Amino acid sequence: MSHAAELPLWAALIVAFLLLLGSGLTLLGTIGLVRLDSFYKRVHSPTLGTTWGTGGILLASMLFFSVIESRPVLHELLIAVFVTVTTPVTLMLLARAALFRDRTEKNPEVPTFTAVAERSSEVVARGVNNGGTAEG
Amino acid sequence: MSVTILFWSVTLAQLFLAAAALCCGVRLFKGPRAQDRVLALDALYVCAMLLLITFGIRTGSTLYFEGALVISLLGFVSTSALAKFLMRGEVIE
Repeated sequence: MSHAAELPLWAALIVAFLLLLGSGLTLLGTIGLVRLDSFYKRVHSPTLGTTWGTGGILLASMLFFSVIESRPVLHELLIAVFVTVTTPVTLMLLARAALFRDRTEKNPEVPTFTAVAERSSEVVARGVNNGGTAEG
Repeated sequence: MSVTILFWSVTLAQLFLAAAALCCGVRLFKGPRAQDRVLALDALYVCAMLLLITFGIRTGSTLYFEGALVISLLGFVSTSALAKFLMRGEVIE
């Protein structure tokens, strides 16, 4: 690590803090991936690694290379934007696929299509009644 | 001083990320259903990408950045393709 010898102490401290924050949050998210007990709970936990886990390590890398090369090195922003944009898309697609599989297998843990439709129509009817009484 | 701080923090961060990849491997191996395995694979992609960035800090070369970018691209494509497969496979059967 001789290339880091000219790094000032404040930059080293901030880089170390951001690295440990990012990697610790990523580890926490994957521990949740192992320990949580249903798929719909587990699908939340890796996002800890894709938000501040990635963010912390990318900020550390940006700060490190900017101070070492004494010019702004910002190309890590590309990964940050890409991960931020794609993670919700993939995980929502995966959760919808899992919900579809559970419903076609008539898994009792997830509400069926008809139950969801009945509940939403009940809510709509209640809303209409409440509106009517309020006006009357 | 700053070399020591940086060396130990990068080493510790790499150990944390390796442990995170190991947890993903456990879920990938154990996962009761296919969607759990796809989720673990997606988290494993993120861990590998972060590990490459910490290698870049350790060696001081920006070459690892391209590798990390390619891994994050492939992670998005593969996870969305697998999720689509899980849905379409059930529709056809």
